[in-house]
Amino acid sequence: MESLRKHLILLAVVIVCFFLQCTLLKDIALASVSPNLLIILTSAIGFIGGRREGIFIGFCCGILTDIFSGSTVGLYALIYVYIGYFNGCFRQYFYNEDVKLPLFLIAGSEFLYGLTVYAAFFLLRGKFQFPYYLMHIIIPELVYTVGITLLIYQPLMALIRWLNRMEKRSADKLV
Amino acid sequence: MKKKRNTGLNLTGNHLLLIVTAVCFLLIGVSFFTESSFAPLRFFAGITVVPMEKGLNTIGTWIQDKADNYETLQQVQAENQQLQQKVDELTIENDSLQEDKYEMQRLQELYKLDQSYQDYSKIGAHVISKDSGNWFSQFVIDKGSDDGIAVDMNVIAGNGLVGIVTDVGSNWASVRSIIDDSSNVSAMTLSTSDICLVAGDLTQISEGTIKFSDMENNDNDIKVGETIVTSYVSSKYLSGIVVGYISQIKVDPNNLTRSGLITPAVDFKHIQDVLVITDLKATQNSAD
Repeated sequence: MESLRKHLILLAVVIVCFFLQCTLLKDIALASVSPNLLIILTSAIGFIGGRREGIFIGFCCGILTDIFSGSTVGLYALIYVYIGYFNGCFRQYFYNEDVKLPLFLIAGSEFLYGLTVYAAFFLLRGKFQFPYYLMHIIIPELVYTVGITLLIYQPLMALIRWLNRMEKRSADKLV
Repeated sequence: MKKKRNTGLNLTGNHLLLIVTAVCFLLIGVSFFTESSFAPLRFFAGITVVPMEKGLNTIGTWIQDKADNYETLQQVQAENQQLQQKVDELTIENDSLQEDKYEMQRLQELYKLDQSYQDYSKIGAHVISKDSGNWFSQFVIDKGSDDGIAVDMNVIAGNGLVGIVTDVGSNWASVRSIIDDSSNVSAMTLSTSDICLVAGDLTQISEGTIKFSDMENNDNDIKVGETIVTSYVSSKYLSGIVVGYISQIKVDPNNLTRSGLITPAVDFKHIQDVLVITDLKATQNSAD
């Protein structure tokens, strides 16, 4: 069951990324903002693997975030699932050597994530100072996340392509 | 000819999206109405992420210890001399404080305060991870229900209130700090017992302050520097825990209430070890 193995490996990658994001990445925070590794992961796996992969990875990232957030379970999951799905819709435009589209997608996903978190967790509680949140949380996190993407882009793409190749090779073996 | 793999269910991406959306809404609904997250999820978190975080914490502490050992002997000797001086000074200070303590005990009895928080039973814990995003100020500690931690237990650090436990697994617990945007604490001034509401705010975190509001605008003269402690009327927080010190106070336009800013007693940028008070306010109230 190669598909299952691939999904288990993806789940393990999500767990490791979540662990890094909560511990080491917090130590390298600039202006008390740290990058969002889970968005990079969701977006990348989404636009390489397609809609279904995007949904799966988004669900894993979201549920893990929900467990430790102490509030209602499922809200972050919903946000990440849709981000994964939208990135999956762009799979047909993606080719391996491209850098601009993935960067644009990750930046767009991060911005969308910031907006939806604001809307779901702050707007509904009557916090209307959107310009403050935009300038001090959403934009800095966006910039930092895109910066980190440029650093880890090559290894990340290599990992995801290796996972896809591994699944395809085993599928061929069954013939 | 290559045979196409039949996945059996043959779901398209869009069908999957609808199904997963429905599942998410179900989860939101169930967790919203039952006020808890799911035991299997907590168990899963406890066996995957938490051990890694604890391991990293152990490694970090070990490295810290080794680095500390490299101080030279002379440094240690000079420090020893300084400390001896300090001990002598503190002994003198302590003697005068003892006098103050007796007076305070007498006054406390006069005000019929039941317990100061020095009497509560406490468990020490390490902070092993922070919140994964940039919007909230929550963290995870390395003790859980196996160690006696339960939801709504107050968390303090050396000088004052840090937060409250919001979720508990078997070997971890998540704590919401008082500077978190969704945190609200019922508090009062130490000298005059005027009740106010202390709320964390994301816009204030960068300045290192939290807001307070709804303090009665009576004849009591409340100045900057006044100590704010948790009040008796809070349903979740034990009374008498230091929250912080007033850094700004003004009368509201309605002339009936006062509001302002508080500097928390705890430095939230550098929290590593905390104490969890295992007495719950709810059980205290029912025991009376």
